[in-house]
Amino acid sequence: MRHLSVPLACLFAVVGLAGADWPQFRGADTTGVAPDQNVPVEIAGSIAWTAELSGRGLSGPIVVGNRVILSASSGYAQDRLHVMCFDANSGAPLWERQFWATGRTLCHPKMCNATPTPASDGSRIFALYSSNDLICLDLDGNLQWFRGLTHDYRNASNSLGMSSSPVVIGDTVIVQVENDSESLALGIDAATGENRWKHERPVLSNWTSPLVLRGTSREDDLAILQSGNGLTALRPYTGVEVWSFDEPCSTIPSTAVADGVLYVPSKGLTALKPGADGAAPKVVWQSNKLAPITPSPLIYEGRAYTIGGGGVLSCAELATGTPAWQMRLQVTDGEKTSQGMFSATPIAAGGHVYFVNEDGLVMVVKAGGEKGEIVAHYDFGETILGTPAIANGGLYLRSDKHLWKVAKK
Amino acid sequence: MRRTGFGVRSVVLLIAMAWATVASADVADLIRTIRTVGPEGQGNVAAAKAWKELAVAKPVALPAILAGLDDANPLAANYLRSAVETIAARELATGGKLPAEELEKFVLDIKHDPRARRLAFDLLTRVDKSAPDRLIPGMLSDPSVELRRDAVERLIAQGNAQFDSEKKAEAKTTFEQALVGARDDDQVQSIKKRLEELGEKVDLPKHFGFLLSWRLVTPFDNTGNKGFNVVYAPEKKLDFNAEYEGKDRLKIRWTEHATDNEYGIVDLSKALTPFKGAVSYATTEFVSDNEQPVDLRLGTPNSWKVWLNGELLFAREEYHRGMTLDQYKMRGTLKSGKNVILVKVCQNEQTEEWAQRWQFQLRVCDATGTAVLSSDRRTAQAAASTASESN
Repeated sequence: MRHLSVPLACLFAVVGLAGADWPQFRGADTTGVAPDQNVPVEIAGSIAWTAELSGRGLSGPIVVGNRVILSASSGYAQDRLHVMCFDANSGAPLWERQFWATGRTLCHPKMCNATPTPASDGSRIFALYSSNDLICLDLDGNLQWFRGLTHDYRNASNSLGMSSSPVVIGDTVIVQVENDSESLALGIDAATGENRWKHERPVLSNWTSPLVLRGTSREDDLAILQSGNGLTALRPYTGVEVWSFDEPCSTIPSTAVADGVLYVPSKGLTALKPGADGAAPKVVWQSNKLAPITPSPLIYEGRAYTIGGGGVLSCAELATGTPAWQMRLQVTDGEKTSQGMFSATPIAAGGHVYFVNEDGLVMVVKAGGEKGEIVAHYDFGETILGTPAIANGGLYLRSDKHLWKVAKK
Repeated sequence: MRRTGFGVRSVVLLIAMAWATVASADVADLIRTIRTVGPEGQGNVAAAKAWKELAVAKPVALPAILAGLDDANPLAANYLRSAVETIAARELATGGKLPAEELEKFVLDIKHDPRARRLAFDLLTRVDKSAPDRLIPGMLSDPSVELRRDAVERLIAQGNAQFDSEKKAEAKTTFEQALVGARDDDQVQSIKKRLEELGEKVDLPKHFGFLLSWRLVTPFDNTGNKGFNVVYAPEKKLDFNAEYEGKDRLKIRWTEHATDNEYGIVDLSKALTPFKGAVSYATTEFVSDNEQPVDLRLGTPNSWKVWLNGELLFAREEYHRGMTLDQYKMRGTLKSGKNVILVKVCQNEQTEEWAQRWQFQLRVCDATGTAVLSSDRRTAQAAASTASESN
């Protein structure tokens, strides 16, 4: 940034103010952090629009330009797969396509087939489902290709459901399909849907999602895969392993990343600094007081945030892992106190962190500081388990029935 | 019940009608190309190119594309489905019309793929709001599970209204009709509840086709989950007089067992002993009047293998990730006469309370979930009585 000319720096500042797309789970860089400075803190009075949905989903919305894209599933057997697209400005439905699941649709009742969040490379959408069906559409809903990964690899399924979201790095879609019976990871050509590489993975149930570790250039970006056995860093195009971290990791919350350091749900939370040129990563710190339960950790403005049991939010100094403060994420309204179950991963923008519990209660916490403080809250009154998105000044949340945009008017 | 091959002449006739942006011969070629798409992305590039051309066809091509779904593999079916939706969405968005008469003919022709017919029905209802009321009541035994479900749902609503207005005799008749069509467990349960309130008993094992009578033998060793891949004696030969050396050198023999669980659940921990790190085998005979394709549908929280007449249908190594009705669906072919089904059910050594279940349920049905019953099927009570005498 220090090499940028002043006009170019100003342009970037404006873009940052306006925001950017949110093309996959936890956004473009899989950090959960948006550059937007204009997202409302007070949600009441800022709901720009509400759209009705035609199916259930735990997947989060993604935003590409003026399109909000969402997956859902429906039918008694959850075998109808939906991809929906809405106008980001108005909430008007632009198009919807349905497909039939080719893999097993069985899920824990809390989950459904549309649990993984879709991803986009800016011109295509990659929608993955618990049934391991992977659908590629263009931004106008035209089918580009269709893969049935359980159709191809018949024991790749989990009777409790699958939740790993795909990630796009360059022109490769990275997918983890890991379970107790047949586990694999694939690098799929975004243009054709053909395998670039396929790796056998630990035969263990795993609900975590791959992430991007940005390199000094796009060619140096790495895909980070987590499992119960550790982390693996791969070249996304070739699948060649660069390094591994062989310590037990959680199989539900996914690793977070910030400024080239990985924050791994392992032995609580482990900060891991990858070495240069593929050298083995080194542990910077470990803290057993920061163990995330279901939502993935969030790294934001020099602090690490994790949600533990009972909805207890822990905030720690990023450099050392030293706890800064803890608070219970709950709100008392009159005689009613909200409960503390969380599935959605927190996201951040504009100096605030947005948490949403399973009852649909959004709590906005001021980032940093000496103690935690919920500065605003809003109850959507519907179950929300999917991770929200922040893009272009808007906060997007989905339940089984509705998609909401929250934005300043 | 299965599609018996949509006639080539019918396809040609439909394609001949599909004049438009895409010539009819092209439609046939494009469908053919898409139908060759295969596993691991094979044929994706050609299919995507064909899809792009097919998706600009006029709505008159819809019946031909829908017919292209007949016997298409599940991947190709999704390409074709998406072409149908894209054509229809574009036409409706620009104020055009869909060929309602042709779509209705397609819906009513049960030789076509059931899901293609449901797709045609969904399109039809977008341009003809009267279609559901006109068509759904006649679909109680439809090969499409979704169309059938809608028909059952209407009867349940009708029966509930009759029940609530004290028209008990009419309600009973309505619920009995509904049960004939019902295949989904939620609907069967709601019908059963009402019929029992009306004094009627519902034979759930018979309705679903659960297998109730089994021969069992256990425990073979599964310490460290290694028994899953060990070929123990029952996998080589079924000898009901044999005595085997089981886990920890136990001498074990086959025993008869009949479950009286209404969902056909065989609880191995209760029927035998709650061994840990153990393999059990269960076998039964099924008499079929003719050769026929069937589904074998299994539910179990344990690792398992299933053989039909010595052929391994499927195997899965997964422990304690839940158990539900129709958790696993396997396609097999019954031969005329006696068939032998063998199930291997492995229990691991987890000690958690939720990891103690060692059980399975198995049913035989057609692709819609309609029970296929063994010709010598006995009632649950008779089977239990026989098993008791044998033991």
